[in-house]
Amino acid sequence: MPFLSDTPLDLAGLIAEVTAPDRGGIAAFVGTVRDHHGGRPVAELEYSAYGAMAEAECGRIVEETERRWPVRVALRHRIGLLAIGEAAVAIAVAGAHRDEAFAACRHVIEELKRRVPIWKRERYADGTVEWVGTGQAPALTAPGGRP
Amino acid sequence: MVTTASTTVHILLFASYAERLGLERIDAALRPGATVADALAYLRALPGGAELPARPLCARNLAHVGADAALADGDELAVLPPLAGG
Repeated sequence: MPFLSDTPLDLAGLIAEVTAPDRGGIAAFVGTVRDHHGGRPVAELEYSAYGAMAEAECGRIVEETERRWPVRVALRHRIGLLAIGEAAVAIAVAGAHRDEAFAACRHVIEELKRRVPIWKRERYADGTVEWVGTGQAPALTAPGGRP
Repeated sequence: MVTTASTTVHILLFASYAERLGLERIDAALRPGATVADALAYLRALPGGAELPARPLCARNLAHVGADAALADGDELAVLPPLAGG
């Protein structure tokens, strides 16, 4: 399954992907579109990606995570035009116990935000449109994206 | 020993950077042994290129690299604005 999706995300489907009889702890994270940014009301936003690299980087993150913790990971990120409240990213992580599921799930979202080439452009209620950036880009130099 | 006269690198620009330079893709003929920093200098000389930050995020052939990474003929180099996924 590709990690990028131009249709609404299905968290239940992701949970089903990682569920197994020996995995008793499932952690999930869903990031949704907020109705404000920097004090300005947001009307809608559009996600775009460097598709080939985003797929490769998501694959590396899942692989690294499953190597570091005894878990299975399912991950999707939405691209295209999203309305307020829609899910932009969904992650489901299943392990034998909750500790590894929570830790691995947190790792996946943090690494995605740090490494996966996805951008968003917000349209505000006043009609203006802006690319959303995190300011100074962190240096990502070594293989696997670790500084 | 045969050496090629130049190293052609396929440069990709995205999002705000593509808008600033008015292009999403350009092929750059660089000197053999060129690095990512050389490709960035090439971009900075283009109209709008001076607006690129000093050290933008870069990816060579789908993986993050630093400015000192070497480029080979046929490499794809993506210059990435600050990431905003999630």
